[in-house]
Amino acid sequence: MSINGKAYIAGVYEHPTRKATDKSLAQLHAESALGALKDSGLTKDDVDGYFCAGDAPGLGPLSLVDYMGLKLKHLDATETGGSSYVLHVGHAAEAIAMGKCSVALITLAGRPRAEGMATGTAPRNYGSSAPDVAFEFPFGPTVVNMYAMCAQRHMYEYGTTSEQLAWIKVAASHHAQYNEHAMLKNVVTVDEVVNSPMIADPLHRLDCCVISDGGGAIIVTSPEVAKTLKRPLVKVIGAGEAPKHQMGGKVDLTYSGAVWSGPMAFDEAHVKPTDIKYASIYDSFTITVLMQLEDLGFCEKGKGGAFVSDGNLIAGTGKLPFNTDGGGLCNNHPANRGGLTKVIEAVRQLRGEAHPNVQVQNCDLALAHGTGGSLGTRHGSATVIMERE
Amino acid sequence: MTVKQRAFPSPIADPDTEQFWSAAKNGKLMVGSCNSCGEKHYYPRGICPHCGAQDITLVEASGKGEIYSWSVLRRADPPFAIAYVTLDEGPTMMTNIIECDLDALAIGQRVKLKFSETEEADGPPVPTFVLD
Repeated sequence: MSINGKAYIAGVYEHPTRKATDKSLAQLHAESALGALKDSGLTKDDVDGYFCAGDAPGLGPLSLVDYMGLKLKHLDATETGGSSYVLHVGHAAEAIAMGKCSVALITLAGRPRAEGMATGTAPRNYGSSAPDVAFEFPFGPTVVNMYAMCAQRHMYEYGTTSEQLAWIKVAASHHAQYNEHAMLKNVVTVDEVVNSPMIADPLHRLDCCVISDGGGAIIVTSPEVAKTLKRPLVKVIGAGEAPKHQMGGKVDLTYSGAVWSGPMAFDEAHVKPTDIKYASIYDSFTITVLMQLEDLGFCEKGKGGAFVSDGNLIAGTGKLPFNTDGGGLCNNHPANRGGLTKVIEAVRQLRGEAHPNVQVQNCDLALAHGTGGSLGTRHGSATVIMERE
Repeated sequence: MTVKQRAFPSPIADPDTEQFWSAAKNGKLMVGSCNSCGEKHYYPRGICPHCGAQDITLVEASGKGEIYSWSVLRRADPPFAIAYVTLDEGPTMMTNIIECDLDALAIGQRVKLKFSETEEADGPPVPTFVLD
């Protein structure tokens, strides 16, 4: 059994706020949900499935379901960090294919800026009952130094350079200049990236994504529902998910779970990486993008540095336009979780609704990929492939 | 640059790891060794992550190894070097490289164990490493 063609993305919405001192977390979720419903042409009463992750306040999905007044047949609060929402698209397609629901709502929201959270440079403690905490927390693992160790090892094994990583940020900044909501609209150069302050060797300040408040939502529907709506048809044709971890001490920081989630999604979609016209690739850091591009098969393992160089990811000039909204590196990383916005920009591209200066011509096949948790310890990996019908 | 040492939060032992932290108090770094498949693992736990058996013995590691990867968090006060060290016994573990020139670390450098005291008076020490 396959989810290929069993579900469509009928609505998406990216909350325009980047600093939400005037809104509650639940309010951001609800406003995002209403935005995606309006985009699809459906109403709250049409929703019969709801998906959220660890950013949802309260007990799993229950508080938000109560807040929004939803009546549901299907619930899923699977939490894999920033990849959750890409994974939720696959889960929603499964639920719809099984007839468990027909209009699935996925929401994300967060206020790390308004709350003054030290997102990247303070160790996060997920609770002392997590079995890894005693063996890691004392050593100060943060988001940035964990990804930095991946970059360090990648450079050691494959000769990847800081200049090559910088091209990823350069490409994102070229796209962000056209996004009126982007936090960082200035086009930057390779020199500016590698000369920005070192945060955690070898990652510089401009190798890191923005910290932003905000949210977003996605509506996934059955084919029957999608075909009654007035929006362009964006069909889900493949999905894959996989965790990767320390493997009992056989640590290998040079690859991500995309080596498993990618092929699952490609196989289900019956397409290959060279068929993809546009890719949304999770960009918490530049190294995240480089490793995922290799692991998804867009280039040979270890050759990511050459692949991303010289503007190859820039829409209009490069072979693989990526993150045309500016991505997490320049536009938005709501709730410190960038998976949902990856799906949104892919849908914009497939609909032909991206900014004209970054719209990929004849964009009929797109991929969205998310990594959640930490590449340096344990993470979830989720890939979704979508087709314009 | 060599800078002052950061304070280490004390790890909290649980029934799964009490033996490991008791050994740490005696200056010994232990790794899990599976009596069923023979594989070693780290961090230690009550089930072999390789084969699933529960017949685990903690064995003392030599405390020698090499840097698998590292990063200096420049934005921390004081800056410090986090690392994964691959022990000569096989498993790779998260740790800090201490008492070193933070500008001279490299993958492949040989390191040796040196436990560091932690913040709580009765907290166990944590396994950190110095260049060998």
